Amino acid sequence: MEMGKTILTVDDSASIRQMVTFTLKGAGYEVIEAVDGQDALDKANHQAFNLVLTDINMPRMDGLKLLERLRDLAHYKNIPILMLTTESDEQMKAKGRAAGATGWLVKPFNPESLLEVIKKVIN
Amino acid sequence: MSADLEQFYEVFFEESSELLAEMETCLLGLDISSPDPEDLNAIFRAAHSIKGGAGTFGFTDMTEMTHMLESLLDKLRKGEIEIRPEMIDAFLRAGDVIKGQLGAHRGDGEADVAVAAEVGNELKLFSEQADIASAEQKEASKPPRSEEHQIQATNNTIPVAEETPSMASKTEAARFIIAFSSNGVNPKSMENLFSSLEAFGKLEKLLLSDEEQLCKLRLTTGACEEDVWEALAFVVDPSQLTIEKDLQHEPSSPAVGNNIATEPINSTVSENSEKATIDNPAQLKQSEAPYGFFPGAPAAPGDAENTEKNETVSQLPADCNTSAKPNNPQPGSKQPKSNTPSSESSSIRVSIEKVDQMINLVGELVITQAMLTQTASEVDPVLYEKLNSGMNQLERNTRDLQEAVMSIRMLPINFVFSRYPRVVRDVAAKLDKKVELKTVGEGTELDKGLIEKIADPLTHLVRNSLDHGIESPEKRIAAGKMAKGTITLRAFHQGGNIVIEVGDDGAGLNREKIMTKAKERSIAVHEGMSDQEVWMLIFEPGFSTAEQVTDVSGRGVGMDVVKRNIQSMGGRVEIDSVFGVGTRITIRLPLTLAILDGLSVAVGDQMFIVPLTYITESLQARSTDIKTVGGVGRVVHVRGDYLPVIALHEVFNIKPDSTNIEDGILVILDTEGHKAAMFVDALIGQHQVVIKSLEKNYRRVVGVSGATIMGDGKVALILDSAGLVMASQNISM
Repeated sequence: MEMGKTILTVDDSASIRQMVTFTLKGAGYEVIEAVDGQDALDKANHQAFNLVLTDINMPRMDGLKLLERLRDLAHYKNIPILMLTTESDEQMKAKGRAAGATGWLVKPFNPESLLEVIKKVIN
Repeated sequence: MSADLEQFYEVFFEESSELLAEMETCLLGLDISSPDPEDLNAIFRAAHSIKGGAGTFGFTDMTEMTHMLESLLDKLRKGEIEIRPEMIDAFLRAGDVIKGQLGAHRGDGEADVAVAAEVGNELKLFSEQADIASAEQKEASKPPRSEEHQIQATNNTIPVAEETPSMASKTEAARFIIAFSSNGVNPKSMENLFSSLEAFGKLEKLLLSDEEQLCKLRLTTGACEEDVWEALAFVVDPSQLTIEKDLQHEPSSPAVGNNIATEPINSTVSENSEKATIDNPAQLKQSEAPYGFFPGAPAAPGDAENTEKNETVSQLPADCNTSAKPNNPQPGSKQPKSNTPSSESSSIRVSIEKVDQMINLVGELVITQAMLTQTASEVDPVLYEKLNSGMNQLERNTRDLQEAVMSIRMLPINFVFSRYPRVVRDVAAKLDKKVELKTVGEGTELDKGLIEKIADPLTHLVRNSLDHGIESPEKRIAAGKMAKGTITLRAFHQGGNIVIEVGDDGAGLNREKIMTKAKERSIAVHEGMSDQEVWMLIFEPGFSTAEQVTDVSGRGVGMDVVKRNIQSMGGRVEIDSVFGVGTRITIRLPLTLAILDGLSVAVGDQMFIVPLTYITESLQARSTDIKTVGGVGRVVHVRGDYLPVIALHEVFNIKPDSTNIEDGILVILDTEGHKAAMFVDALIGQHQVVIKSLEKNYRRVVGVSGATIMGDGKVALILDSAGLVMASQNISM
């Protein structure tokens, strides 16, 4: 169990959010949900997270923009930020890397890989 | 793990339905000549989100369809191809297919595989055309992705150039010889590794030795060495990894995609990966590494200390190889809905049963409060001043609470209106008519139960307007009208009702035609009937003035069913029409099915509730106005009309205070143009009453639509005004 670690999960899809939250909470993480980049940024400004997991394609502010904005914040310089990409979107991965993403997770993902990835980077 | 997913299905279903509706609205509103990029983005995002969810939850048919949709939309969005009207049609049909698939997964009917294949082909054709166009520019065609073989198999089409990983087309293909030690790498990670390498291009396994733990692979890919390294270094120990360019076997063809179908090695790999992931349907289609990290990125594994200068991956920790089994979610901590304060969503989804239960309880509370008020009114207000003010406060709070609770069930009428742009578009195209749909007051709220019930009658009315109301463009021009007809849907609140109008600027109703038809159908008519009454004839069973039955509106269900449906909701219909100018059908519905505004009337020692919607006025009749007709009934002369009298004491066989009409009160009822005067002893007052079903608690009683509990605890029957008026018409005719 990973106690005391808080993860911000950002996705405009309620079902994905719900599943991520369920999976992470099951492993003992605290989870805060955000519905898009803007929402996430607002929440990140008010609370410190140990990890951010963000979708790319979202209304209002997309995941790449969120990445850039988060990396501009002092507290989020070295926090793991993982992005959810679809299948083989290599361009997206390249953009994510440029924006300062820690890694990527392919959508659709299974709960096991999700936890595996998070375990590797959260500390 | 897959069983755990089921608890999220419902949210996914609802979310997808909403996204599909949103997509349809955007598609219908899209300006083909100059599409708004934001709209295209929104449509793309909807398809993308559905695909993401469908993939996660293992609904592969939906994933396939949304994938095709998404690919084409992505090209449109990026301006790689021009949008064409046929594409909108195909998108809409694809939306329908996905809707069907969604329904099937929900356990609601079966998805039409043939239609799905057809639409899939169409989408792919568009995509293919686009690719040919872009290939002409690049002078390079792309082989199909391995992921598509499943779709092609069901569609039996020729292979189509689909979107290929962009990196494959970026650079010239190169061959790499990859050698590493598989020591300590678990088999599943190996499979993931193979599938991630396959994503780069053609993978050949040169050596797979279990004893020496040495793997040698040949990869033909357009990707750069760094990318390949990245994918590998995450799984295997980088110090044991070598990647070399295979100069002896330079590929003969340029850019090689991931067409691995002909390679024998592929079969073993896909078998393996299928075996590994069979317990996880969400991953069945996944042909790549499920995740990865960017070397040198902040907080990437192994370089948390050293973020800036770390360009190589040599510092990746060795423990990457022995990737520990992750923690599974604890079964004891199942929390399908995160209801902790940490999840700050702005809305929650609650089952309708819970809301209804709450409404019921509030209904009981209202009754109790009314009873208390009645009791408290009997004590001396001076001696019990505090009790009195407390009672007043309780009454206010109860009313507020009731309104607040009722508003939970309220939804904007747009939930229904939003489906009509599509109906109008499809039907107008079928009939070769030009029709514009206008909606006014989409935000007007009404009860969820009514929203669901009003959809069908309203659809019928809209189709009817399209078919019989709006004329063909030629006829319209000949009549001096714009070629494009207009159908207006309007909703607004009036008193305790919601009024919904379906108006068109079409031909209007033809009085002569309707009269003739009515006579043919041996419906009793006379020339003295008002236009209103004549129009109402179209709601008679089996009535249709259209010369030929079309498959648009003349199919089985008649306007009589529309009227019956609306009546069963406690509503009523009216028609206004001017020949040659247009028709407007007005539906009046109570805002909710649970509470009713009523007038309480007394007959003897009984109390009845008359729904206010049907009452036009109440009056005391003079004896000269009352006439007896042929010994079967009485009529009363009110403002030039002779109205049949319904004596309530006769209907329910109770002893009234007086049988003399002049001594009592006449309540004039008006239901869909039929009027009658109801004779009661006295008017008591106006109430909001909580409706209790008599049928559920007792049995159906003619002339009664329900019951309620009054402040004094007595039961009062709610009268079925429409039924009573209709019965009186039959007697008087």
